[in-house]
Amino acid sequence: MADFVNILGAGIAYGVLLFLMAGGLSVTMGLMGFANLAHGSLSMLGGYIVVMLMNWYGWPFFAALAMAALGAAVAGLIVERTVFRRLYWGNELDQVLLTIGVVTMTVAAATFIWGAVPPAVHVPAFLEGRVHLGFFDIGSYRLFLIVFGGLLTLGLVLGIDKTSFGAKIRAAVDNRRMTVSCGINIDRLFMLAFAIGSALAGLGGGLAIYLVGLDPSFPVKYLVYLLVVVVVGGLGSIRGTLAASLALGICDVLGKYYIPYLGAFIIYGVTVAILMVRPNGLFGRGR
Amino acid sequence: MTGEIVLETEALNRSFGALRVTQDVSFQLPRGARYALIGPNGAGKSTFINLLTGVLAPSSGRIRLHGRDVTRAPVEERVRRGLSRTFQINTLFPRLSPLEATVLAIARRHGLVTNPFKRLSGCTAEIDEAYMLLGQFDFGADVGRPTRELPYGRQRLLEIVLALAAQPSVLLLDEPAAGVPQHESAEIFHALAALPEDIAVLFIEHDMDVVFRFAQRITVLVAGQILCEGTPEEIADHPQVREVYLGNGDDV
Amino acid sequence: MVAIPAQPATPPALASARRLFVRRAAWRWEEIAFWVLAAASYFLFSDHLVLITQAMITGLFVVSLDLMFGYAGIPSFGHAAFFGIGAYTAGILARDGWGDPLTGLVAAALIAGVAGAICSQLVARLHGIAVLMVTLGIGLICYEIANKWNSLTGGDDGLQGMQVQPVLGIFAFDIDGKVGFIYSFIVIFLLYLLARRLVNSPFGLALEGIRENIRRVPAIGIGVRVQLAMAFTISAAMAGVAGALLAETTQFIALEVLGFDRSISVQIALVLGGIGSLIGGMIGAIVYTVARDQLSLINPAYWDFWVGLILCIIVMSGTGGVVGILRRSVGWVVTRVRR
Repeated sequence: MADFVNILGAGIAYGVLLFLMAGGLSVTMGLMGFANLAHGSLSMLGGYIVVMLMNWYGWPFFAALAMAALGAAVAGLIVERTVFRRLYWGNELDQVLLTIGVVTMTVAAATFIWGAVPPAVHVPAFLEGRVHLGFFDIGSYRLFLIVFGGLLTLGLVLGIDKTSFGAKIRAAVDNRRMTVSCGINIDRLFMLAFAIGSALAGLGGGLAIYLVGLDPSFPVKYLVYLLVVVVVGGLGSIRGTLAASLALGICDVLGKYYIPYLGAFIIYGVTVAILMVRPNGLFGRGR
Repeated sequence: MTGEIVLETEALNRSFGALRVTQDVSFQLPRGARYALIGPNGAGKSTFINLLTGVLAPSSGRIRLHGRDVTRAPVEERVRRGLSRTFQINTLFPRLSPLEATVLAIARRHGLVTNPFKRLSGCTAEIDEAYMLLGQFDFGADVGRPTRELPYGRQRLLEIVLALAAQPSVLLLDEPAAGVPQHESAEIFHALAALPEDIAVLFIEHDMDVVFRFAQRITVLVAGQILCEGTPEEIADHPQVREVYLGNGDDV
Repeated sequence: MVAIPAQPATPPALASARRLFVRRAAWRWEEIAFWVLAAASYFLFSDHLVLITQAMITGLFVVSLDLMFGYAGIPSFGHAAFFGIGAYTAGILARDGWGDPLTGLVAAALIAGVAGAICSQLVARLHGIAVLMVTLGIGLICYEIANKWNSLTGGDDGLQGMQVQPVLGIFAFDIDGKVGFIYSFIVIFLLYLLARRLVNSPFGLALEGIRENIRRVPAIGIGVRVQLAMAFTISAAMAGVAGALLAETTQFIALEVLGFDRSISVQIALVLGGIGSLIGGMIGAIVYTVARDQLSLINPAYWDFWVGLILCIIVMSGTGGVVGILRRSVGWVVTRVRR
């Protein structure tokens, strides 16, 4: 039983990580109608920023994480302003092909700059080891992820629900034209949303290193899971992404542990099944 | 006009959640009719057309085409049974030429679209028919150009051509002159006047000129329900209609 | 339902209308040049026949994708599944006693075709991203099946031990790849001709209608489901034959033939060559395969970076790939010459 809780904890931690990485993508796809398959590259960038700052310049972990978020936000904004925004609400296939091109480039660049060997990262001592909670114990880092990620998630959900910024985003996802005619500067809204989503992705990438490792193929490795989470959860729905991330994280870890033979198979099968019944995802709205 | 009813609905209803967009509409269209459907914005006219054509499924009620129940039939089957429509906003094939689009519609009628082995260049009967049909609408040299390059009025005409290519017995026109600039709308009116006499035509139109020029009978739809039906004169004099729709001094 | 009587069109005008369709189906110079060059490469590049054969096979694969993507407008991230199904069908048959290559192709086409038909029903009601996701999912599921079903497919290690018999009982496959080249060339060329006929048929025109405006298609009486089911079946069967050709000529199948990378790289090759022109698929595949083979020797990351960049440029500029550039340059040259 303790084992199971342990694994469940691992799954939740993984799910939280997926949510951090995918949250921004859901907003991008639901808000700007832009299928950004290169989203994972922002996470990878965040991860390598943490690696560089910690290993080459001796920065402390949390400071490096903050920089990862900032760096990813800046990089994301640059690409968004110059290239991506031309394709908003356009032909999805063009978006997909373009961002595939971008991913390919970032993976190649990362291999060139940092090499293919996964770097090691040393987290603060208090995050290593295990924590005993009553009848089971859980890795400290995983617990940290759950708590930290949980707080962030709470902040996001509250932000979306309670702030006027969040309301504007929800409105724009629901009905873009109407929102524009209400006098809301949609361009600035997109910019901010993209920046926040990128920052989260970068943060997620930085946090991911210690849990799942980092290497140049990161964006491609996680692309499928990010897409699954976003599409199954419903484009533009933070709650949906959260639910799908947790579900996927738990199923993935449980699957790998208990039914390794069929694990991945089930996830893809369920994804296909869900999409056929609800093409807009569990919480999504049709366009 | 012979009394044969080619298209009719029986207590047709459509709701979106709590919103009843179409309420209890019973409607009949006889052979060769020239009927118009008018009503204020949001009255549910386009919804009604979508129900008739099969784009939307009704919440309850029946639709009969040539006496046959087509309530559950998919869009393409209704087209094959003789029901064609045009769209209010041009719904055409941007990169295909009018000739290609028309040939496609005619080829479907001849059962050729499931044949991957027949050469298009060998479909001379279909090409000829398409060319003649387009010629009646004065397409001239434009037949070979991509549709998206044509002026808006021409595209609007192509909507009608495509609907006619199916050789329908019932034609639903959704605001055929919508968005067409003044100097191009004459062609549309010309086309409407030249429609074959035994096709039953129902058109939605906001332009009262068109309605009173072509319609033998007008149905007024308000808030999803039929308010009244009658000849143009009856409708023009009808107090409620004036109030709801016509009543702000427009010449009738 | 009487046709409106009007002034009859004069015969010359009708003839010119018919000519439009003849011109539509005419062989373009780049097609002729490609196939002549491809045939000639037997003599010109006799040291690299194996590579060229693989490039041509990829070309057939890309052409099959073009039918769905370029002509019907349906994207697919899982097309490698059909390629792989075809490859494994031929491979398993050859390994387990039935080594005749031609019937292996037929079997591959049949089974991949059935898979395509099933797939078409799954994506029938979806658009945009959902289609991509479902096709992606299907591709990944097929990969997992092949990966885990060791006893059938050899799993991670790939399928080995194929015993491919000589073609027609006479021409045995040789180390230099000569027989493999000719065999593949003929099959690919014939299927290319088939694809050409298909896109210039009422069926192909209906597919383009689906791409251009899927709402209008039922409104002229065409059933989208039926058309897509046929298109998917044919496209999948073609991809399956390509897979089988690869299996038979190399007598080995790596698990990666079904992989996500394969599905993506085939999309890239198609965009590079030019979507919606068929020959673009062949050209894109050749360029992609040959260039990757050569440039990877220098530095794999190097190659990937430039491919990604070129892909971005092509998409942003809308030039239509190599074929688009070629046609535009030729058009430019021709107008210059005419002055």
